[in-house]
Amino acid sequence: MQQTTPSLTIPPTSVAVLGNYVNTTAGNDDARRRLLLRIALIATVFFALFLASCSSDLPQSSLNPRSAEAESIDKLWDFILILGTVVFAIVAGALAYAIIRFRKRPGNEAEPKQVHGNTKLEIGWTLIPVVLLVIIAVPTLTTLFDLRSPAEGNFVRVDVIGHQWWWEFQYPDFVDENGRPLTTANEMHIPAGKTAELTMTSVDVIHSFWVPSLAGKRDVVPGRDTVMKITPDADIAGQMVPGQCAEYCGLAHADMRFRVFVDSETDFETWAAGQLEAAPIPASGDAAAGYETFTQFCTTCHQAKVVATDGTVEVIGAALGPDLTHFGGRTSIAAGLEENTAEHLAAWIDDPSSVKPMSPELNDIEAGRIMGMPAYGLDEQQIQELVALLETWK
Amino acid sequence: MALTTTNDDLGYTPPSTKGLWSWITTIDHKRIGIMYAVSSLVFFIVGGLEALLIRTQLATANGTLVSADAYNQLFTMHGLTMVFAVVMPIAAAFQNYFIPLMIGARDVAFPRLNAFAYWLFLFSVLLLTSSFFLGGSPDGAWVGYAPLSTQIQEYVRMDYYSIGAQLLGFASLAGSINFVATIFTMRAPGMTLMRMPVFVWMSVVSSFLLIFSLPVIGVGLWQIFIDRNLGGLFYEAQAAGDPLLWQHLFWIFGHPEVYVLILPAFGIVSEILPVFSRKPLFGYSFVVFSGIAIGFLGFGVWAHHMFTAGMGPVAEAGFGLATMLIAIPTGVKIFNWIGTMWGGRLTFSTPMLFTVGFIAMFLIGGISGVTHAVVPANTQQHDSYYVVAHFHYVLFGGAVFGYVAGAYYWFPKWTGRMMNETIGKWNFWIMFIGFNLTFAPQHILGLDGMPRRTYRYADGMGWDVWNLMSTIGAFLIALSFLFFIYNLIASYRNGKVAGNDPWDGRTLEWTTTSPPPVYNFEEIPVVHHLDDFWYRKYGVDEEGRSVKLTPEQAGKPDVVIEEHGIHMPSPSFYPIVSAAGIAILGAALVFISSGPIGFGVLAVGAVVTLWGLVGWAAEPATREAH
Repeated sequence: MQQTTPSLTIPPTSVAVLGNYVNTTAGNDDARRRLLLRIALIATVFFALFLASCSSDLPQSSLNPRSAEAESIDKLWDFILILGTVVFAIVAGALAYAIIRFRKRPGNEAEPKQVHGNTKLEIGWTLIPVVLLVIIAVPTLTTLFDLRSPAEGNFVRVDVIGHQWWWEFQYPDFVDENGRPLTTANEMHIPAGKTAELTMTSVDVIHSFWVPSLAGKRDVVPGRDTVMKITPDADIAGQMVPGQCAEYCGLAHADMRFRVFVDSETDFETWAAGQLEAAPIPASGDAAAGYETFTQFCTTCHQAKVVATDGTVEVIGAALGPDLTHFGGRTSIAAGLEENTAEHLAAWIDDPSSVKPMSPELNDIEAGRIMGMPAYGLDEQQIQELVALLETWK
Repeated sequence: MALTTTNDDLGYTPPSTKGLWSWITTIDHKRIGIMYAVSSLVFFIVGGLEALLIRTQLATANGTLVSADAYNQLFTMHGLTMVFAVVMPIAAAFQNYFIPLMIGARDVAFPRLNAFAYWLFLFSVLLLTSSFFLGGSPDGAWVGYAPLSTQIQEYVRMDYYSIGAQLLGFASLAGSINFVATIFTMRAPGMTLMRMPVFVWMSVVSSFLLIFSLPVIGVGLWQIFIDRNLGGLFYEAQAAGDPLLWQHLFWIFGHPEVYVLILPAFGIVSEILPVFSRKPLFGYSFVVFSGIAIGFLGFGVWAHHMFTAGMGPVAEAGFGLATMLIAIPTGVKIFNWIGTMWGGRLTFSTPMLFTVGFIAMFLIGGISGVTHAVVPANTQQHDSYYVVAHFHYVLFGGAVFGYVAGAYYWFPKWTGRMMNETIGKWNFWIMFIGFNLTFAPQHILGLDGMPRRTYRYADGMGWDVWNLMSTIGAFLIALSFLFFIYNLIASYRNGKVAGNDPWDGRTLEWTTTSPPPVYNFEEIPVVHHLDDFWYRKYGVDEEGRSVKLTPEQAGKPDVVIEEHGIHMPSPSFYPIVSAAGIAILGAALVFISSGPIGFGVLAVGAVVTLWGLVGWAAEPATREAH
């Protein structure tokens, strides 16, 4: 009878090559070398996967945490990743060992001992997981209650409103002379090193606000307020952190993205003050013609706070779509989908649904149901004028 | 493989098994089982093609193969198809075919109800699938979250969802009641509960899970239907309705449903491991009771699907801890399976390969499941590709590997022929590698911030490579199933003849012919042990090792002496009529808001249903032949 002594140092990943291992005869160095090579290869792949699950420098990665909240989750994740990997290695190792050690070998016709069980052993392996789970449960609960505790001290409040398929941000602590809060869309600014408390709701279906590098996600539910905290690291001022909707919300769910700008405290104050200003109604040129078109079509759904040359300030339009007062100052259009360039904007105005799939045919303006921006069939000239207008509204 | 002999000496003439009519009217649990299996395989191809379209779309950033609208229908139908039309029916296939054989019964308790359950299942899936051509398919994800699912009443898409899932629920309910009644009342003499094969035990648990959970989703689905068609406001936040109520109702069903999909697979691997280890299952009662524990705990963890929905931290902590508890009985099973192999004499025929693959893959899915219970980490994983990876490790690496193992294991009993081992091994290794290539990278995609249910993603996110790997893996899985299907067909035609007991089995199904006669057993066996068949073949020596008994030692097995031959119920046409009537009613409800045609179809459905049910009630169970 041939006896190949199984080596206990074989990692669990060797399951995949067992077929060859058992055919390996002692002294057949070639086969053994090939086997070890394969094991090394598989182990490398698994190790790469493990490393990829540890940390990352990707923009939207939960493994690239840049806030107090995301970091506390990431720490917890690293802990359970290591624990889970150890448990996997032990159990899969036992499985692999059983496969190698107890495999029927040629000539071995002896029946195995008929073991029906072992109560002590079984109670033991019922209790070990209990201990492991207690070890996981403690940091889980402390982190959970930490994250869910209300923001304290000096924090910034942001109201987040989910729409199919864009994001509205209002800052109730920043209001203009008429009590209108700072209102913007798809690009949220918050100060570095300071907690922002987000109070979120939706006007239509359920969305979910997710900026993996800054916080775990939180659903945005119609008829309810959900709250979350973000305390960006002080040293990431000036960074843009992307996020997107994580709860399937219909046609353009994949394109319901947004950008979070983490500003230094002074930049944030400057930005907020600027956002409360009105946009100038142009007196002449393309932009002025564009303003005519704007008031004819766009204000059906979009709002803007405008100031005439004589200094009269008024808010025009309906607040069904994104507020466009400072549209030109945003870096992206169509809910973070494309960079804000004249070219992209022109294509968008010409046929919005070709850029981002929407269902404007289902709009019911009176009922307040907006499911996309329609194409108004504007001519080239009108579009260029509108673009000229919007790009001046920084 | 029709049984054509007439066993006059048994006082019983089997009905004809020739022609389409014999299939339409059959109430033989084995033929119904085969119909479930074939349907499941056909729908697996449909669901698999949907998956390949999804994966091709996502192979590169900003994919343009399908539109957002088509993609949303594809992933919704992929989920619905795989859960309701593939995994549930393949479990039902094995349960139908083998529960009576494993407990020593001649049929199920309610043979006509059994046929009814199958036909209603088939018609419901056909109704759901026909939506691709008639009005558009459901596009609100398999979870159908309100108010998205109630929002667009202009399209019938989500009406297909509410009605289709409702009817599938009826079918499963009928099937489950039948299995419970069969197992509790039809066991052979001596087959006590604790002598039942684990597969039968797991089927009891999963049947009870369905019986208690389906009514909950049934209520919710009617609410969706009423909101959509009758101006109900259950889920309309503006009218003080509550969108989160649907999530609770859905997951009180949806979480037990996960165990409905996996428990029968647990049962299958618990049957296969002892046979190929030549040892009894290690800790039979631990495995049984851990399965029951999973069943109970499965009803107390639903809200772990809602850790981001805005519940308070106390509720989240409670559901997180309950979810961790489930890891304990699940872990017990894995340890007991390894314990069964330990010290055995293992042979790695294809069923055993898939079983070991199952254990390894389910282990990964189980561990990633525990990471979901860690609530803060869950808020990063939820609705990301990490979750997609997790449940595919559980439902594909787990359930599907388990059912494929079962197919290789029991194919000889179905057909009388062995499946080809060489092709089987190719099947396994390509599937194993393809599966891991598809789903392992998705863990990382999720952690790196890729949400699920997205028809495209931007480049520059670092997701491209992992997505491409995943797509290549998906095509490898498809290739492995070509091997599987080829193997099924070729082996059915030309496979090696199997005989009654090709694997040296332990349970009663191996005592009868392959395929078994209509009445399963000429004489009803009397059971003395767990693994009774093994002890008819083997004794135990002083060291506790099995020793083959000589024919003299074995003697003749105990059987029940029956005085008046075999009684079997007759084929019936009414189950399919009743099921068709109910399916027509369902189709009418889908289109009820579209005007008078809906009402016309409703009337037709009512008449057909009534015809079926009255005919069924008036028909004697056994009709005199000739």
